[in-house]
Amino acid sequence: MQGVNPLAKNRTVRAVDVLTPRSLDEAIALKAEQPEAWPIQGGTDVMVALNFDHGRPPALLNLNEVPELRGWSRENGSLRLGSGLTYMEIERGELREILPALAEASRTVGSPQIRNRGTIGGNLGTASPAGDALPPLLVEAAEVECTSVRGVRRLALGEFVTGVKRTALAPDELITAVWLVPSRAPQTFMKIGPRNAMVIAVVSLAVSAGDELRASFGSAAPRPVLVTAARDDASTFAERVAEAAAPIDDVRGTAAYRRHALRVLTERALERTLAA
Amino acid sequence: MIVRLRVNGEEHEADCWEGESLLFALREKLPFPGSKNACEQGECGSCSVLLDGTLVCACLVLAAQADGHEVTTVEGLAGPGEAGADALHPVQQAFVDAGAVQCGFCTPGLVVATVDLLARSSSPSDDEIREALSGNLCRCTGYAKIFDAVRAAAAAAAGGGG
Repeated sequence: MQGVNPLAKNRTVRAVDVLTPRSLDEAIALKAEQPEAWPIQGGTDVMVALNFDHGRPPALLNLNEVPELRGWSRENGSLRLGSGLTYMEIERGELREILPALAEASRTVGSPQIRNRGTIGGNLGTASPAGDALPPLLVEAAEVECTSVRGVRRLALGEFVTGVKRTALAPDELITAVWLVPSRAPQTFMKIGPRNAMVIAVVSLAVSAGDELRASFGSAAPRPVLVTAARDDASTFAERVAEAAAPIDDVRGTAAYRRHALRVLTERALERTLAA
Repeated sequence: MIVRLRVNGEEHEADCWEGESLLFALREKLPFPGSKNACEQGECGSCSVLLDGTLVCACLVLAAQADGHEVTTVEGLAGPGEAGADALHPVQQAFVDAGAVQCGFCTPGLVVATVDLLARSSSPSDDEIREALSGNLCRCTGYAKIFDAVRAAAAAAAGGGG
């Protein structure tokens, strides 16, 4: 591998700062001062990059001590999910009943060790097409709250993710929460991979069957895609979902397999959700 | 930077590079080499520790994030036994008795993960065991004897010891 020789005599080791704010106000002030700082919460993506020297930021903004980012709450009929909410908290708590597809998706992430640390804010910030929280959040029409010293704004999830691992987050902004109004519609999440843990999705799918059918898939398009149809059009929905995908051939699977899998998964998801 | 944390009930200080992991700090800066480093990316679980009582991979925790917090490593499980000798934790003993230790590299992580499981679930089903240990890989045993050990440890804990 071409790279840096750690034994080279002229190699400089770049310093890294750790900034540990104790409040959201302090956190956004620090991010405004050091926009190049990498926010780190669960660390399940950032630490891999650090451990393998895939990046050396000038600073790490440790969000573990910022209480405003944790937990979730009800606000006037909406749900506010803190960006620091972990997959395990979603999987095991009351959110299982309110957001069952997100809870199912959370349970498919990594391992217990990963789920105890990984957060939905991190999933949004990384914005991988394979992110497991993204399809169930998109199906529930989630909005991403971004906060900076300049103020607070919300973006629809579909607008927040702008490309593969790219978001509309400004350099001085932090992802602080996800907002949604729970549909309470029958919903489900499925994921395909070589084993049933520690898997990055070959393809994944969230479906809800309320007044309309809503579907969103992972690992089959560069950005989150929402497919909708009337309930009466259920018989053609699987084909519509497959056609809306833009999968590629990569190390985990072929485009043809992913498209085929989405047809099958959509049919299964409709069996589950229309019967409910 | 100096990281101050409690490990296995005692206060410690570690002089850490800001970007290093808790695993590196435990093994290289502190006297706790029990947690192992095999993948350094959260895939193998050999670095599993409890952070404030929660099961995590130490390789994915920034050492600085553990400042002011409490870590339990495999070294913190065994207690003083009779006549000053260290007794193994019941889960460790179960692994030994079941023949679930071959090279032993995965064992610390598996023991910590099992301790976490049994703290939450006194009679776990096979599926619960499988899911709870899904973050721990073993290349030697084929897992059968590990399952025997976990079931035996669960039974012993439920039966109030034997």
